[in-house]
Amino acid sequence: MVSRSLTLKLVSAIIVFGAWEIAGRIPVSYAFPTFIDSMKALSAMILDGRLFAAYGETLKPLVIGVLISAVLGIIIGLWIGLSEWFDWLFSPIFIVMQAAPLAALIPLLVMIYGIGLTSKVFVVCIMAMPVIVLNTAGAVRNTPSSFIEMGKSFLASRREVLAKIIIPAASPVIFSGLRLGVSAGFIGAILSELKITPTGVGDIITFSRSIADYASMYAAIFSIIVLAVVFLNLLEMLERVLFEGNVRGYASD
Amino acid sequence: MVMLQTNALAEDQSVLDQTDNAVSVSNVSKNYGDVEALKNLSLDFPRGQLTSLLGPSGCGKTTLLKIIAGLLEPTEGEILVNGSPVTGPGEDRAFVFQDFALLPWASVLRNVAFGLELRGVARSEREDIAVKYIKDVGLEGFEKSFPHELSGGMRQRVGLARALSVDADVLLMDEPFSAVDEQTRRKFQEDLLALVANENKTFLFVTHSIEEAVYVSDQIAILLPRPSRVSEIIRPTGLREKDSTSIRRDPEYLDIVDSIWESLKTYVE
Amino acid sequence: MKVFGVRLPAMSSLILWGLLWEVFGRSGYSFFVPPLSEVVATLFEIIGTSAFQKALYETAYAFCSGVFFAIVIGIPTGILMGKNRLVDELLLPWVNIFLSAPLTALVPVLMVLFGFGMKSIIITTTLFAIWIIILNARAGVMQINRSLIEMATSFGASSWDAFSKIYFWAALPEILGGVRIGIIRAVKGVIIGQLLISLVGFGALFELYSNNFLMKHFWAVLIVLFALAFTISEFLAYLERRVSYYAAKR
Repeated sequence: MVSRSLTLKLVSAIIVFGAWEIAGRIPVSYAFPTFIDSMKALSAMILDGRLFAAYGETLKPLVIGVLISAVLGIIIGLWIGLSEWFDWLFSPIFIVMQAAPLAALIPLLVMIYGIGLTSKVFVVCIMAMPVIVLNTAGAVRNTPSSFIEMGKSFLASRREVLAKIIIPAASPVIFSGLRLGVSAGFIGAILSELKITPTGVGDIITFSRSIADYASMYAAIFSIIVLAVVFLNLLEMLERVLFEGNVRGYASD
Repeated sequence: MVMLQTNALAEDQSVLDQTDNAVSVSNVSKNYGDVEALKNLSLDFPRGQLTSLLGPSGCGKTTLLKIIAGLLEPTEGEILVNGSPVTGPGEDRAFVFQDFALLPWASVLRNVAFGLELRGVARSEREDIAVKYIKDVGLEGFEKSFPHELSGGMRQRVGLARALSVDADVLLMDEPFSAVDEQTRRKFQEDLLALVANENKTFLFVTHSIEEAVYVSDQIAILLPRPSRVSEIIRPTGLREKDSTSIRRDPEYLDIVDSIWESLKTYVE
Repeated sequence: MKVFGVRLPAMSSLILWGLLWEVFGRSGYSFFVPPLSEVVATLFEIIGTSAFQKALYETAYAFCSGVFFAIVIGIPTGILMGKNRLVDELLLPWVNIFLSAPLTALVPVLMVLFGFGMKSIIITTTLFAIWIIILNARAGVMQINRSLIEMATSFGASSWDAFSKIYFWAALPEILGGVRIGIIRAVKGVIIGQLLISLVGFGALFELYSNNFLMKHFWAVLIVLFALAFTISEFLAYLERRVSYYAAKR
């Protein structure tokens, strides 16, 4: 017997894609292609290599931006978590950034840095950084105090407490901050391709729309959503494998 | 090698001087803002013996223990360990935590060796020592396990092995058995008696259980709150001669438990 | 943070940053960063203009409608998923997908399907907010103490009674947590929608100001927007703290 949950997932997928197919055949709108047409367009794009070239473009600002955000974000986050003074100075900025619709900064970034790669990297950074910083700082602050007392009572230096106790204890939360940062980075990367200049997948979407090739447009959008979801799920699985047991093992359980 | 030497030294001293104190607390006060956690408290801890700090919650017993450990600074007063004043944590003291404070990402072996790792002992040497103490506390075969795979009682054995492995003169135990179940706790108490008899270390033991204190202690300091002070020192000397399995049936044991309860009763809400 | 024994309020460093901005702006180093004082002066100028009020109205309209639909559809869906295993297994994969998917990519689809106007922006807002609301309502229902439901059944509660008197209230702290995060996402969604569709609301205003290099105007609108977003998020956090007092005591 196939597992119930897998069967239901398949059933669920068939219902949704079936509904898409039927809605496309009616059609509900001139701009609503069928599921099969969209998948045909997708395989055509994969076969002639257009999709891979496009992703080479799209992933460039995403990867650079996420790397910069990760390195800077973790350093700033550690600092905020460790120093009360730094916390007072920098936390409010990231708290406001977290709540604010930072997409509104895009026109300004374009004015200052033009329409090239720099602006796009910036967009990814401002989207991804706040959650990385705030998660890291929070994780450092929440290190169980008995861990730190234990380190001190066994004569650990400040550096040892940081390297051997605080950072390992904080790493699961830091990692999930990185995952959320990547998720926000995807939003930023696509937004910048749609808003600043159409390149990569954004170009396929914009161009297909302009020539009314809606099947290709839907296919490109479908592919980016699948890519993002698969990648984020892989990160989540990695997180579970890496930190298995790390959150348990306290006296309370 | 180093271990053997210090043990021998401690033995010599206890033979030379019967009233020798490993730890001595004089006129210690601790204030948190306006709150007086400890007020002008003095207490001596004889070498090679187990002294319990017993009292209702909020009487400052854990605060006192952490001050002796060097984790907290007293507002006033002085603590001497082996004759030298405490300015912070030191190699002469090891701490056993109420919530175990085991690193969840490290194996039992690394957890036990962690104190030595922080003291810069080479890996092979510290792991040899750790293996010995893991065996001593009865966890042989669990070296590669992780804390979350162990029961509460086994976790505290890891915490105990970690404290023993640094071979400090003074063991500071902060309600070490309060987070383990009743049967495990009894086993622990029996093992602790054997440990005190064999290890030649000085034990400072915080507890809120009267029975536990009477069962394991050479000396019981009863602390009372508001303001925190040592109200009484009891030495159940007669019990120490007895076999650990018959203590709980001893009339002297029951009398002491009763009399402590009489004096603590009024402080329990 | 304490200075000379005086505790500084949590967000007070923003004043320092404001001063830095003023100094940086006055140095004339960058055309793009005018002094804060001039930006604030401009802010009071444009707040009364009809263009600004129209943008604010359109944005608030899209935001409120988007959030309204997200809540009205999201909470019952989530509760249903928490109660019914079949519905849960059919819907949960999709909710998880859309929770982490870059929803920005869907905006072009909305544009071709629903036009370049308000409708698309409202749907964008709803799409940003709804998934976390569903997921939290579901989690809230799933953690309900079984004995509460058994208690209600044993006293003869109808299924509507059980829903409105037990499920909703027992799950309320989680539901409100979801609504709070959903609303913060909706703020971002409404702005992203307006930027991409850019014919209405603040999107149009940003377009106008940046095309004419009206830096003071641009920053002024930005400040208003960020301040509104921050106020909304803090207010919701405050509300959540007030209502969730019993969450820990269940």
